[in-house]
Amino acid sequence: MYNFKYQRASSLDDASKAAAAAEDAEYMAGGMTLIPTMKQRLAQPSDLIDLGGIASLSGIRRDGDALAIGAMTRHAEVASSEEVKSAIPALAALAAHIGDPQVRNRGTLGGSIANADPAADYPAALVGLNATVKTDRREIAADEFFTGLFETALEEHEIITEVRFPIPEKAAYVKFPNPASRYAVVGVMVCQAKDGVRVAVTGAGPSVFRVDAMEKALATKLSPQAVEGIKVPEDGLNTDIHASAEYRAHLVTVMAKRAVAAAIG
Amino acid sequence: MTVTVSMTLNGKKVSADVEERTLLVSLLRDHLRQTGTHVGCDTSQCGACVVHVNDRSVKSCTMLASQVDGADVLTIEGLAKNGELHPMQEAFRDNHGLQCGFCTPGMVMSALDLVANNPDPSEREVREWLEGNLCRCTGYHNIVKSILAGAKAMRKGG
Ligand SMILES: Cc1cc2nc3c(=O)[nH]c(=O)nc-3n(C[C@H](O)[C@H](O)[C@H](O)COP(=O)(O)OP(=O)(O)OC[C@H]3O[C@@H](n4cnc5c(N)ncnc54)[C@H](O)[C@@H]3O)c2cc1C
Ligand code: FES
Ligand code: FES
Repeated sequence: MYNFKYQRASSLDDASKAAAAAEDAEYMAGGMTLIPTMKQRLAQPSDLIDLGGIASLSGIRRDGDALAIGAMTRHAEVASSEEVKSAIPALAALAAHIGDPQVRNRGTLGGSIANADPAADYPAALVGLNATVKTDRREIAADEFFTGLFETALEEHEIITEVRFPIPEKAAYVKFPNPASRYAVVGVMVCQAKDGVRVAVTGAGPSVFRVDAMEKALATKLSPQAVEGIKVPEDGLNTDIHASAEYRAHLVTVMAKRAVAAAIG
Repeated sequence: MTVTVSMTLNGKKVSADVEERTLLVSLLRDHLRQTGTHVGCDTSQCGACVVHVNDRSVKSCTMLASQVDGADVLTIEGLAKNGELHPMQEAFRDNHGLQCGFCTPGMVMSALDLVANNPDPSEREVREWLEGNLCRCTGYHNIVKSILAGAKAMRKGG
């Protein structure tokens, strides 16, 4: 790893000022992606600004008909939170199956979505549950937040502060995990809320996407049979050592069916 | 560029001057000569480097030394008291929970984090918890047995 200047920010303001003043700053949350990336010298920031000391970025609270979760909230906290388990059990279960216990003790919601790994779990939750990302500058709808492979709508040095998840009527997330890392080879979040049904897929493509045909079919009848015959085209899906695009397309249907069954079950 | 990192390590206040890029595991092993914590993969996969920071298990190869400034750190060296093994260590010995022993410090530290939150885990819960700990000798069966026995001994206050 190349050397860098390390600073622990004490407030949001402190963090953004430090970032603006630095030559090439990078924020650090849990470090679970950033530190390995720096070890491989794929990232070499001049300044590392640790968000870990900003208390206001962490925590889970009920906010009307939604849950607001701070960007620095660790996966383990989301997984074990009584508030999350009762309001959106699918979200607690998703967090409980990210990586391993040590990754969950450090990794954060904000870090996961800022990184926008194509195989990460949280993007499916944000898009599936129709969440809103709050930053130090504005609010961004989940549908607009993820823009491509490791790409988001975040501007330079913009800091995610929290994510607001509307509480759905029914929701479930099912993934086919990579047996080594637990990242999603394909993961599907199905959600029924007042304003309709959403189906969000992670792992399959360069970035999370919704499946319109499945949403329409499920709006008529929320049953696994409704999605059984719907296949997403394999064009543009990921092919790697773990799975071919063809297999991923197949898994989208299978995971969607299981997610619907779990949501109504 | 160096920084001074001060922490409580196994109950004692220590500090060291390190480069910013120094990992927690190398602060422990290279600067403080506490070599019980191992480096297996250096890529956040194997769990040989697991220690506790403020009572939570973490992979010390994926944390910076600077991040533990002011923290409470517990390593495998901090478990035995007055020459007596901790019940979890004793259980690994009694149940042949180690072969070469390379993964053992991480296994024990990981197990203690599980038991702290779940004093009476099922075998399945133990196996799921060990997702981030690899044993290259593949002795998982006895590791699971050891952890169940260690948890039981700890419940009895052993
Ligand atoms: C062994 C292993 C297994 C894993 N398995 C899974 C899995 O099964 N599923 C899964 O989804 N993930 C998995 N992960 C990833 C993990 O969940 C982390 O969430 C993820 O690495 C990033 O979160 P972090 O908090 O560690 O962010 P960091 O690594 O600290 O940061 C990542 C990026 O986000 C930026 N960033 C962080 N916080 C903010 C913020 N508030 N505002 C703006 N930018 C920010 C940083 O600048 C950096 O560019 C795994 C990781 C490892 C090491
Ligand atoms: S050395 Fe840290 S996880 Fe392998
Ligand atoms: S006992 Fe050899 S690696 Fe586990």
